[in-house]
Amino acid sequence: MSHSVIVITILAIAMVGFRMGRGRALTLAGGQARSLNSLPAYHGGYVLLWCALPALMLVLAWLALEPAAVRWLVLSGLPDGARSLSAERLDLFYDKILAFASLRNGIGNGTGGADASLVGGAEHYQRLKQLSLFALAVGSIAIAGTGLIFAWNRITPAFPARRVVEGCIRAMLVVSSALAIFTTIGIVLSLLFETIRFFEKVPIADFLFGLKWSPQMALRADQVGSSGAFGAVPIFAGTLLISLIAMAVAVPIGLMSAIYLSEYAGRNARAVLKPMLEILAGIPTVVYGFFAALTVAPLVRDLGTFLGLDVASESALAAGLVMGIMIIPFVSSLSDDVINAVPVALREGAYGLGATKSETILRVVLPAALPGIVGSILLAMSRAIGETMIVVMAAGLAANLTANPFAAVTTVTVQIVTLLVGDQEFDSAKTLAAFALGLVLFAITLGLNIIALMTVRKYREKYD
Amino acid sequence: MSLSSLTTDEDRDVLLDTKIQAVGVDVHYHDKQALFQVDLDIAANTVTALIGPSGCGKSTFLRCLNRMNDIIDGCRVSGALSLDGNDLYAREVDVVALRAKVGMVFQKPNPFPKSIYENVAFGPRIHGLADSRAELDQIVETSLRRAGLYTEVSDRLDDTATSLSGGQQQRLCIARAIAVEPEVILMDEPCSALDPIATAKVEELIDELRQRYTIVIVTHSMQQAARVSQRTAFFHLGEVVEDGETAKIFTDPHDERTQAYITGRIG
Repeated sequence: MSHSVIVITILAIAMVGFRMGRGRALTLAGGQARSLNSLPAYHGGYVLLWCALPALMLVLAWLALEPAAVRWLVLSGLPDGARSLSAERLDLFYDKILAFASLRNGIGNGTGGADASLVGGAEHYQRLKQLSLFALAVGSIAIAGTGLIFAWNRITPAFPARRVVEGCIRAMLVVSSALAIFTTIGIVLSLLFETIRFFEKVPIADFLFGLKWSPQMALRADQVGSSGAFGAVPIFAGTLLISLIAMAVAVPIGLMSAIYLSEYAGRNARAVLKPMLEILAGIPTVVYGFFAALTVAPLVRDLGTFLGLDVASESALAAGLVMGIMIIPFVSSLSDDVINAVPVALREGAYGLGATKSETILRVVLPAALPGIVGSILLAMSRAIGETMIVVMAAGLAANLTANPFAAVTTVTVQIVTLLVGDQEFDSAKTLAAFALGLVLFAITLGLNIIALMTVRKYREKYD
Repeated sequence: MSLSSLTTDEDRDVLLDTKIQAVGVDVHYHDKQALFQVDLDIAANTVTALIGPSGCGKSTFLRCLNRMNDIIDGCRVSGALSLDGNDLYAREVDVVALRAKVGMVFQKPNPFPKSIYENVAFGPRIHGLADSRAELDQIVETSLRRAGLYTEVSDRLDDTATSLSGGQQQRLCIARAIAVEPEVILMDEPCSALDPIATAKVEELIDELRQRYTIVIVTHSMQQAARVSQRTAFFHLGEVVEDGETAKIFTDPHDERTQAYITGRIG
């Protein structure tokens, strides 16, 4: 018998409880559902909740607390010689006990020549685990049964089961939304703490304002070429450069295709073109990445050579162009929706005054749709800043501080990838730098989103 | 052949000055025919009311007069429509210039999401009517004055137009239409979204505007038609049943359907 069996049993009892509750409500009402305060299904749901919720909560709590309790019991049952070990050695020893116990689960009760305290500990552990599982099974099923009887007894025709069930549903919804929020808070906090550890090793001013990025740390004192400079300015400049190139591609093209789709295209053309544009957003970024690295980057280089320019084979321009194409649908699709949402009355007003189609769009429709358009642009912008794959493949790793789109640059996300890929010590400044970069990136996208929201709100007051 | 032309000559008063003439106008939306052989003359410097039950085609007819139906998918207009004797639907007609000559005010006030000033200046700007800012200011002020709105908004021309009340917004839309110096103003139930006081103001305004402009107004309210118009055309099921002087239509209608409508038996 394992935990999943326990859970399934509880759910089965709950289903039985549901039927019993519904049946009792109907019986009490003499088969007349309308004489009940709540529909029979609510009474069933009430019994079901009383069966399942407390028992499942017990299972969850048990699963959370069991390992610590078992560990304490096993360790305190060990002979004195083992208990006097240092904390780290004790950890190691406990891990050995666990490994030995799972080995014994697999092959049976041999001692395999292991020393007596290890065998004793493992046997103790196995006994405790079995006992714990048995106790959990008995306890949770007893609670489910008690809940069933308790709730079943409370059912009367006047009992407001609906209110209780609705309240539970509301609570579940609140818990789910809280989960998302707490996860976000957790991620931000972990970023924050790792970043603080990073700033203990590298001064914050060096990180934020340093102009040299070279995250190799010396392992030995006499090592060559590992200065360990953590100036983040070049990589943020690189991110900015590539994002700007991408926006320069995506905003005009996206906006104009949105205008075409919403104002000029016929119904049939629109039905075909809009989904096709949105397919662009569905292409995996890694595909864009090798498209950028294998097709666009050489093209840009050849073009540069043709024009007599010195272009690196991995250039910001290539990555930015491809990224721009990738985010076109973000701009076009959202802008198209907001442009369509502009009331026909406004268009007719302009046409009625003798405005041409383009005058109507430029002077009436676009200003009215502006908040939504700004929102879509900023959304695309944060997408561009956070994009990794294309840049890894097409823009290179060299942290050059340059505004030249033909040079190789690197971005924040690329650096995070390279810092964390491979075997790393998790307390070296090199690895921790990734968290600091992540935090700053998060702050930037958060700032962009706030600006977007504020712009939208400001203009909405003006235009609604 | 519409019924109106079956009436005898002494019943049809001859218009001294015909601004718009419609002869045998049919309108189709896709397969559905909305207007059947409409003949109607609209007199200059007169308020002509188009009345009739919902869906009778009066708005459709109105929208033919400045070719607003062009922007509706699947709408076909046939027959002869002329403004000052010039065919409205001739190939060489510039719709933009036509709409500058035939302005329109809509059922629901639809000011642009811009300032009051910019709303009125919109038409003059796109038609290049003002050579300087001072001239534009002058046009805006005159238009607002003619629409009877200037004194109410003169101190807040830069406020957004949507902050005005519904009645003020509708008068702003009228000012906006006047600003391009049209010859004809089409009004599609201009008061249906307004309260009685705002309605009274707009009606008063319509009466004043008659001095300068030819006005065609679609209305659901027969009292309004009687109050503001000099001539009335009664539409029923896509046909013009009867048209003539308002007083005559309301007191001594020729057709029994008109009689039934104005006494409230149909519609």
